[in-house]
Amino acid sequence: MLHKSKSLIQILAICSLLLAACGGGGATAGGPLQSVGEGEGRVDIIAWAGYIERGETVAEFDWVTDFEAATGCMVNVKVAATSDEMVALMNEGGFDLVTASGDASNRLISGGRVQEINVDLIPSWSTVDPRLQEAPWHTVDGKHYGVPYQWGSNVLMYRTDVFGDEAPTSWNVIFEETTLPDGESNIGRVQAYDGAIYIADAALYLKYHNPELGITDPYSLTRDQFNAALDLLRQQRELIGRYWHDAFIQMDDFTNEGVAASGSWPFQVNILKSSDVPVASVVPVEGATGWADSTMMHIEAPHPNCAYMWLEHSLNLNLQGDLAAWFGTVPAVLAACEGNELLGPEGCSINGLDAFDQISFWRTPTSTCSDGTENCVPYHEWVTNYIAVIGGR
Amino acid sequence: MTATSAAPRTLIQRVSNYLYVRPRVSLLMLLALPLLWFLIVYIGSLATLMVQSFFHLDGFTGQVVRQFSLSSYAQLFTPANVDIVQRTAGMAGVVTLSAALIAFPLAYFMARYASPRMRPLLYLSITLPLWSSYLVKVYSWKLILAKEGMVSWVINTLRLDAALDWLLGLPEIGGPSLSISPIGIYLVFLYVWLPYMILPIATALERVPKSLIEASGDLGGRPGVTFRRIILPLAFPGVVAGSIFTFSLTLGDFIVPSVMGNSSYFIGQAVLSHQGTSGNIPLAAAMTTIPMLIMGIYLYASRRAGAFDAL
Repeated sequence: MLHKSKSLIQILAICSLLLAACGGGGATAGGPLQSVGEGEGRVDIIAWAGYIERGETVAEFDWVTDFEAATGCMVNVKVAATSDEMVALMNEGGFDLVTASGDASNRLISGGRVQEINVDLIPSWSTVDPRLQEAPWHTVDGKHYGVPYQWGSNVLMYRTDVFGDEAPTSWNVIFEETTLPDGESNIGRVQAYDGAIYIADAALYLKYHNPELGITDPYSLTRDQFNAALDLLRQQRELIGRYWHDAFIQMDDFTNEGVAASGSWPFQVNILKSSDVPVASVVPVEGATGWADSTMMHIEAPHPNCAYMWLEHSLNLNLQGDLAAWFGTVPAVLAACEGNELLGPEGCSINGLDAFDQISFWRTPTSTCSDGTENCVPYHEWVTNYIAVIGGR
Repeated sequence: MTATSAAPRTLIQRVSNYLYVRPRVSLLMLLALPLLWFLIVYIGSLATLMVQSFFHLDGFTGQVVRQFSLSSYAQLFTPANVDIVQRTAGMAGVVTLSAALIAFPLAYFMARYASPRMRPLLYLSITLPLWSSYLVKVYSWKLILAKEGMVSWVINTLRLDAALDWLLGLPEIGGPSLSISPIGIYLVFLYVWLPYMILPIATALERVPKSLIEASGDLGGRPGVTFRRIILPLAFPGVVAGSIFTFSLTLGDFIVPSVMGNSSYFIGQAVLSHQGTSGNIPLAAAMTTIPMLIMGIYLYASRRAGAFDAL
C-alpha cells in the first residue's frame, strides 16, 4: 500500500515536472567563481551560426584554434537558429556558455539558467566599451550575468542606382507612399521584416514623427501607442510586395525582384556589395532597432574554468575585429576597430559604430512597461496582430 | 509409450510449446513494441496537443493558464484567423483539383499506352524530382518566377507582357511579380506535389481490367461512356488517394508560402510564430486542430464515396 502511494506520488511529480517545463527553475547559485583554476579540457558553447569560427568556412576566419592550443580547452559549438532554441537548450543543460541576444538574455536571468559572472576574473573586462558594461540586457541589480560580445543594428539598405548620390535620410521611404528619386513610386519596391518585433520599428518611427503619442521605448507600448503603430504598419502593407524573413531571400529580392529599399542587416549589405550589387546602407534620423549579444554562463556549467578562459578570450582584439568583419557587427571592445586587416579602417563605422546612441536594442515586450507600470501590450499580442496586418487586416 | 517422453526437455522447447498453445501471447510479443511506439509517440503527442489547446494565455501576464477554457478556440474565429484558414484550405483545394486534372491524362497514358520499355522510364522521370531536396526546388522556383527571372524573360521575348500584367493585376491572386503572388505559391505547390497524385492514379488505372473496357465497347458503349461508367469509377480510389496526399501536404506546408507569395500567413506559419517567443502554445495547438478536423471530414467523405472499398 505504502509502495503504491509512493509510486503514485512519483508519477504525479513527473507529470507536474513535464507540465512545469519551461516555467523556469528557481536554482540559486552560491555566488560566482572566485578564482580560475586548471582547465577541464573542454568547453561547450551554444552560439549563433558564424559566431564562433574555426577556419572551416573561410581559412582567415579562425579564432578557436589558438585558444585550444593555449588553454587545452577543446571548443564544442552547438549552433542555434533562434533565441527560443537557445533558451530551450539552456533549460536542457549540459552547456557552459551561450551567446544570447537581448530577447533571450533576460529570460535566462529571470529563469535562473545563468550564473553571475565575476568580472574580476576577466582581465580584459576593462577594455569593453563602457556603454555596454552596465547594459540592462545582462546586468540585473548590479550583478553581471554576461560578457558583451558584439552588437549590430537594423540598417536601411537601398539601391544606389535608384537613390543616386542622395542617401535616404528617413525611414519614410518604406513607411509612406512616396516617389523615389528615380521618378517611380515606392509601391511594391520596399520590404519590411516579417517578425512581430518589427512593430518596434514602426513605433520608433512614430516616436520621432508623432511625439504626442508619448512613445519613449519602442519595446514597451501602451494600447494606444501599439494601435498607432499597427495603423502605420497597415498603411505600409499597401507598399509591400513581400516581407523578408530569410537573409538570402532578401538578397535575391534586391537582385532579381527590383526591391529598392528595406530594413536590413549589415550582413546582407556587405555580401551584396561584395557581389557588385549597387547597394548602400544608412541609419536614418529616426534611429534604428538593433541587437546586442552577450556570452552568458550556465548555472550548472560543467567546465567553469575553461568557460572563464573563453570569456577572457572572447574579448581578444583579433577575435572581436575578425568577427565584426565576418558578421557585419560592431565589436564590444572598441580597440578592435583599429588595425584589423579583415575589418579595414572603415569597418566599424560601416557596421554602425557611430550610431550607438540612436539604436534601440531588442528585448522581448512584456505587459510590464519600462516605467514599471503594467499597461503595456505583451509580445504574444504583437504576434497575433502582426500576422493580421500582413494578411491585410 | 508414457506421457513423460513427450514432455519438453529444454527451455527453448518449453517456451515454444507455451507460445504454440497461446497464440495471443506471441501476437502480443510481436506487436508490443510497435504498439507502444504508436501509442506513446503518435497518440500520446496528439493527446498532449489537444490538452494544450484547451489552456489559454493570461492576457495580462502572457503566461499559460493551465485551466480548461475555450478561449483559444474562440480566437480562431477572429477575421485574421478565418482568413488564414480560408487561404490555406482554398489553396489546398485548388492545388488538389489542378493536380488531379493534370495527373489523370498523364497517368492514363502511362498505364494504357506507354510501351513496356517506355513505362519504367516514365515512372522514373516522375519520381526523379523527389530525389532532390525539397528546399532546393522551392528556392530555384523563386529564381525562375522572379520579376527578372527566366519565365518573365520568355514572356517578354514572346511579347506577351500584356497577358502577364493582366494576370498579375487580378485582385486576390495577383501581385508585383509571379514569385510575389499567390499564383507563384500555387505553381510551386502544384509542381512539388504532382508526383504524389500521378503515381496512385497510374497504379489504379493499371488495375482496370482491359476485358471490361473491351466488353463495354462490344456492348456499344462509346469511348466517352466507357470512360465515365467504367474507367473513372474504377480509378477513382486512386484519385482520392492522390488527393489525400496533395491536400494534406498543402494544408500543412509552411515553407513554400514563406519563400513565395506576398507573405500572407498559412496555417503552418501561424502555428510556428505562435509557439516561439510569443509563448502562445494554446493558440498554436488550437490552430493545429483545424487541419486535423478538415482532414477528418475529408477522409470521412472519401470513405462515404467508396474510395477505400478497393483497399
